[in-house]
Amino acid sequence: MRTLGERYESHSTSNVPEEWFSLKEKDKEAAEVVLRPSLSYWQDAWRRLRKNKMAMLGLVFLILLSFMAIFGPMMTPYEVNVQDRPNQYQPPSSEHWFGTDSAGRDVFTRTWYGARISLFVGLVAALIDVFIGIIWGGISGYKGGRTDTIMMRIIEILYGIPSLLVTILLLVVLGPSLFTIILALTITGWVGMARIVRGQVLQIKNYEFVLASQSFGGKASRIIRKHLLPNTMGPIIVQMTLSVPSAIFAEAFLSFIGLGIQAPYASWGVMANDSLGAILSGNWWTLFFPAFFISFTMFAFNVLGDGLQDALDPKLRK
Amino acid sequence: MLQYILKRFLISMVTLWIIVTITFILMVSIPGSPFNDERASNETVQANLEAHYNLDDPYHVQYLLYLKSVATLDFGPSIKQPNQTVNDLLGRGFPISFELGIVTIIVAVISGIVLGIISALRHNGIVDYLAMGLAVLGISIPNFILATLLIQELAVNAKIFPVATWSSPMHMVLPVLALATGPMAIIARLTRSTMIEVLTQDYIKMARAKGLSPWKITIKHALRNALMPIVTIMGTLLAGILTGTFVIEQIFAIPGMGKYFVESINQRDYPVIMGTTVFYSAFLIFMLFLVDIVYGILDPRIKLHKKGGE
Repeated sequence: MRTLGERYESHSTSNVPEEWFSLKEKDKEAAEVVLRPSLSYWQDAWRRLRKNKMAMLGLVFLILLSFMAIFGPMMTPYEVNVQDRPNQYQPPSSEHWFGTDSAGRDVFTRTWYGARISLFVGLVAALIDVFIGIIWGGISGYKGGRTDTIMMRIIEILYGIPSLLVTILLLVVLGPSLFTIILALTITGWVGMARIVRGQVLQIKNYEFVLASQSFGGKASRIIRKHLLPNTMGPIIVQMTLSVPSAIFAEAFLSFIGLGIQAPYASWGVMANDSLGAILSGNWWTLFFPAFFISFTMFAFNVLGDGLQDALDPKLRK
Repeated sequence: MLQYILKRFLISMVTLWIIVTITFILMVSIPGSPFNDERASNETVQANLEAHYNLDDPYHVQYLLYLKSVATLDFGPSIKQPNQTVNDLLGRGFPISFELGIVTIIVAVISGIVLGIISALRHNGIVDYLAMGLAVLGISIPNFILATLLIQELAVNAKIFPVATWSSPMHMVLPVLALATGPMAIIARLTRSTMIEVLTQDYIKMARAKGLSPWKITIKHALRNALMPIVTIMGTLLAGILTGTFVIEQIFAIPGMGKYFVESINQRDYPVIMGTTVFYSAFLIFMLFLVDIVYGILDPRIKLHKKGGE
């Protein structure tokens, strides 16, 4: 019994003359021609993000929201905090697009002021988290050994601190203000970012291009800045996008229990808290608009973060 | 195993000590004394009051006294509520908050895992999209807004559930629903993503090839491995549920610990604020400690039985 290979060989050699075959020369020039435009990492990520409908919905909503946060209050003749008692609880109309609240203030105007506060708190808190997290995680992951152990112990200890409780304490002591809220949110907020950066750095620092840089005498700070961080940008951006909604939630939550932004500012949490009694009497719009914008902004950041997670991960490339 | 537990325990103790110290520093650094209101404006009265609460001692003596009171779990009297100690308030509020928290966790974990499994099994199907759409919504709607929505629709308009308070199982439905939706959504998303990953593993294909029933594969082989990440985020979820009880108890007028806590904040009742913060933190740190131990037991990669190994 012959094997399949032997049978095939004998078959092909016996029936087909060898001169029928010729070696096809490979066109080396043509093989080198790049047919499609080359894409950088970011272009590729953007191309894939665009295909994600939910993420684009979130992105468009956030762009519109930022636009309205800047220009919205200018579109109405009303001031944020000017009370107009006779006109309290006006339902949405052509004069007051989102109606008026218990003090006769225009909900439309206040909503966009609230957007300013929420976006500002969310973005600044997230940026500070990124800043501290990158430095801490970068050093911890790159140095390794004893330094890493100590730095990670500190993180483990901080991780156990219930952040919202400390935030509440800080606000009670320092008094509620925009600055205190951001400070309180960032005190423990950077820990998650530091962990992610460290994990990434630990992985990447063993790659050959880092070794190459080291062998050319690259300093630690240069290797972290030029080689490790650019390669961890994806997870950092994703974590940042996802930490903005938690900061927005925390601000709304604190305002809701009476510790957030105080007048003359209007934040979504304050507006929702003010109008709790109003829904029972049927003035739904005073609660609906702040509640809708808190929820939809968090939703937009969440879906955008999910989309970025997929788009920025080269391994998920199809 | 013992060494691992001991290590986690030490870290927990340091965390707790830091919280106690932060609380102390913050409370001491508040300008003025808690008796600076009109009624006690007489200077002798004020001095006597401060002596009674040891507020006239130097800071290090106060700190040691405070550490002692924390260690003996005696947080002293409330300043604003006459004849009430912080322990009285905790003793009354904690069982109710604990009940609310436990029911919430059970509901969130079970429904989250079930939703996640269904989504994973119907990966990219309509059910999957629906469930995950709901989950993103669940994460995005803050619990206090969900709570007001639920009251408005199911209690005020439809009159199915009572509006507030805490006395019968029917009273529990809305607060638990408001509190459990967020954690449920997080668990569902996590379960789904790990399940999808696990279901493509070779040992699942092997189990299928051997002709095991889909039910057995899902429960015995896939779910067990998909549960690990859920254990790791349990700590964060517990913290979220705990702080969530503050507002939920406030909205539904549930006489739990969170209600006293928020009240004490609004009244600047410092002993109650300090006592509840330390108690909450200690409870949470203990839960995190338990979660770590459970994780250590569940994850075979953490070798607990080897001598001297970490």
